[in-house]
Amino acid sequence: MELHGYRRENGRVGVRNHVVILPVDDISNAACEAVAAHIKGTMALPHSYGRLQYGEDLALHFRTMIGTGSNPNVAAVIVVGIEENWTKKIADGIAETGKPVAAFSIEGHGDLETVRRASWKAREFVQWASELRREPVELGDLVVSIKCGESDTTTGLASCPTVGVAVDRLVEEGGTVFFGETSELTGGEHLIAGRMATPELKEEFRRVYDDYVELIETQSEDLLGSQPTQGNIAGGLSTIEEKALGNIEKTGTKEIIGVLAPAQSPQNGPGLYFMDSSSAAAEHVTLMGAGGAVLHMFPTGQGNVIGNPIVPVIKVSGNPNTVKTMAEHIDVDVSGLLSRELTLPQAGGLMMEYLTRTANGRVTSAEALGHREFTMTKLYRSA
Amino acid sequence: MHRFLIHKGGDHVGVATSDIEAGEKVVGVYMDDDSMVEVEARGEVPLGHKIAVEGCEAGGDVTEYGVRIGKATEDIEVGDYVHTHNLKSARW
Repeated sequence: MELHGYRRENGRVGVRNHVVILPVDDISNAACEAVAAHIKGTMALPHSYGRLQYGEDLALHFRTMIGTGSNPNVAAVIVVGIEENWTKKIADGIAETGKPVAAFSIEGHGDLETVRRASWKAREFVQWASELRREPVELGDLVVSIKCGESDTTTGLASCPTVGVAVDRLVEEGGTVFFGETSELTGGEHLIAGRMATPELKEEFRRVYDDYVELIETQSEDLLGSQPTQGNIAGGLSTIEEKALGNIEKTGTKEIIGVLAPAQSPQNGPGLYFMDSSSAAAEHVTLMGAGGAVLHMFPTGQGNVIGNPIVPVIKVSGNPNTVKTMAEHIDVDVSGLLSRELTLPQAGGLMMEYLTRTANGRVTSAEALGHREFTMTKLYRSA
Repeated sequence: MHRFLIHKGGDHVGVATSDIEAGEKVVGVYMDDDSMVEVEARGEVPLGHKIAVEGCEAGGDVTEYGVRIGKATEDIEVGDYVHTHNLKSARW
């Protein structure tokens, strides 16, 4: 199947054409939502943070904001913040991609005047973006992220191995894939460490993994009670190790060529990357989108309903109950793997077909249902 | 028709692909070589939950995917339902 996407000013390929109204901070959400209400075809991305953060937490905030605006699924961006300096910093970061960006700060103007000026610019951007056209692109142009949710034993048997086949295929075609969920690798972290391309990367991965687990252990001794989740246990998963081994099935078999900080863009060229990240679905997809992912493959067992405003999230399930009881959320049904009516290569082929159709513009279940979870990762409390 | 799947030869547990009643004799398929095994279920095993195909003494490692998924907290016999009541993480 031919693939068509939007090739952006910096050469990167997107599969959606959003004009985003991006708040720098929580108190600018209202102005952004007002602009998006005025100008049809734009989308505000409200979130909860951006004030009095510091250190690595602030750096992650900026990286997530700039990365989200820079994502190739975004055609143009209006940045709105309370203060001029941080607003300009984020707009300037996004402008490095070459895409149209405009910055508006509220202090000294008020919401109404800011909304008036930003709306004029948003109208200009949306009309400009409406004339951009998809063009033929290659699988190797895509950056795709993966994460599973509401896992059960069927994810390890069916939906995760299906995604694993697709990941191998994407990497073979010269594409880039991100996976993460640092704490959910517990019990199988040695398998991931063993696939790192160099001893340095292996050491870096070990350091990142140990830091995360140490943080968890200093806060609560262990993750019992939340890992596996109550949903995981109801689905038959007994331990974090069992959950991790199912989870790891979706990463395929290729070597891992980079260890990324949360929301970091890849620096080592195309291939498979690990990104240090929470396993909470909305936080995870938001970080991956900020790192440049334009599509997300999401295996689910018991039925996670997550979506993202700018990254289409494709749900794949092998649980024969879930594909019936939550049919409106599932894009790809691979329950035939459990009944052995479907082979794994066939399931992988089905996954690739839906990935391609979604890239070409097919609306995902999560998009159709209006799931737009945009959730910033917060590392520690604000000053 | 198989009623459960086992990831790898040597694994202690398989995963039910449909609800299994206590006392049923059920066939499982090993996914790595398509070989089959029959066991008699000693308890009810809902779809997605685990049934033992190998016995394990209390305190022993329980494997799935060919890797340890935790430790048995009591003796596990072939056909037993295996879940949080008799299997615990070895990590936490």
